[in-house]
Amino acid sequence: MADLVVSIAEWWQVVRFPLGAALCLGGALLCVVGTVGVLRFPDFYTRLHAASVTDTSGATLLLFGMALMAPDWMVVSKLVAIFVFIYLTSPASSHAAANAAHTAGLQPLIGPVDTHDKEGLDS
Amino acid sequence: MTAAALIAVLFGMLLLLIRAIAGPTLYDRVLAVNSFGTKTVLALGLLGFVMGRPQFLDIAILYALINFVATIAILKFFRYRSFQVPLVRRGQGGGNG
Amino acid sequence: MAYFLGLLVALVGFWLGMSGHYSPLLLSLGAVSVAVCMILAYRLDIIDREGAPYVRIVGFALYFPWLMVEIAKSNWAVVKACLKADLDIAPALVKVKTACESDLAKVTFANSITLTPGTVTVEIEGDKMLVHALYEQSAQPEAFAEMDRRSREAADGKRRPA
Repeated sequence: MADLVVSIAEWWQVVRFPLGAALCLGGALLCVVGTVGVLRFPDFYTRLHAASVTDTSGATLLLFGMALMAPDWMVVSKLVAIFVFIYLTSPASSHAAANAAHTAGLQPLIGPVDTHDKEGLDS
Repeated sequence: MTAAALIAVLFGMLLLLIRAIAGPTLYDRVLAVNSFGTKTVLALGLLGFVMGRPQFLDIAILYALINFVATIAILKFFRYRSFQVPLVRRGQGGGNG
Repeated sequence: MAYFLGLLVALVGFWLGMSGHYSPLLLSLGAVSVAVCMILAYRLDIIDREGAPYVRIVGFALYFPWLMVEIAKSNWAVVKACLKADLDIAPALVKVKTACESDLAKVTFANSITLTPGTVTVEIEGDKMLVHALYEQSAQPEAFAEMDRRSREAADGKRRPA
């Protein structure tokens, strides 16, 4: 039984680095996807949705991957602190931006967007 | 592979700069800068792991805080044109919410 | 008093987690900074239910895994929308009525909506929220009913039946 625990611990020590690196890569790709959404979507409010992909899933995967690769517990506690900060502040700043735009009178696009609208960058 | 993740995040930041420069309205730019800040936090953490010095995470925490305060400050300034106005809830006096 | 203790424990835990050096000098410096933070919070008069919501931490800890699942699900939809060759989004503004009563519960609910990609709370007026959604069909008021109930339970407890 003790042998099994030791071998699982050794196996974990070997496997956690590739696993963490793969999670980091996935999170980074999600960040790029969110950025592509920010560039493509037609108006401010829809871009906000694309940006929140980066803030939630991208950050979660990246921080989780980094926590798997962490050399000691201090690093993990700092990563947890960053995770909590991002999860507390990102909805607050998203809401502040949306509310400021709404108060200033920026009208959102409503209804199905024309699929041939190629003016993503300068509309 | 961590280095590849770092390069991908940096590439995302580069793309966001396009939106920050081209963004038609002020709010697009604020959104791009806010998202840029989040990516900066993540890139700093990754940079620490790539260089084998996780002390970079302290700087990342600081950026996470500064990023939030900066976004709120920019939005408040462009709403009231001043930092001096206290933020009051609508319907509780003040009358400028 | 519970709020006071909660804030104290949170600050001490945060300091110990960040520092990593446990020599007497640094521990005393940490004690001084925690004391200064507590005095400032007391002077600002924010040691109340919203300023130090650590007494509800069990409720929030039970709520968070469910929220993560919701975030993962809606992330998938938004990522697909970002990568599709032709944009098929149909943005909509929806009014959502919430059953949350306390401010903490409302904030939890609005933040949950904003955290979920595809929906953003634009404005809160009383118990109505203006929500901007990426897909019209995913933003019917029924879609938010369970999130509303769960966030109210997380912030207020199950004192009142739903």
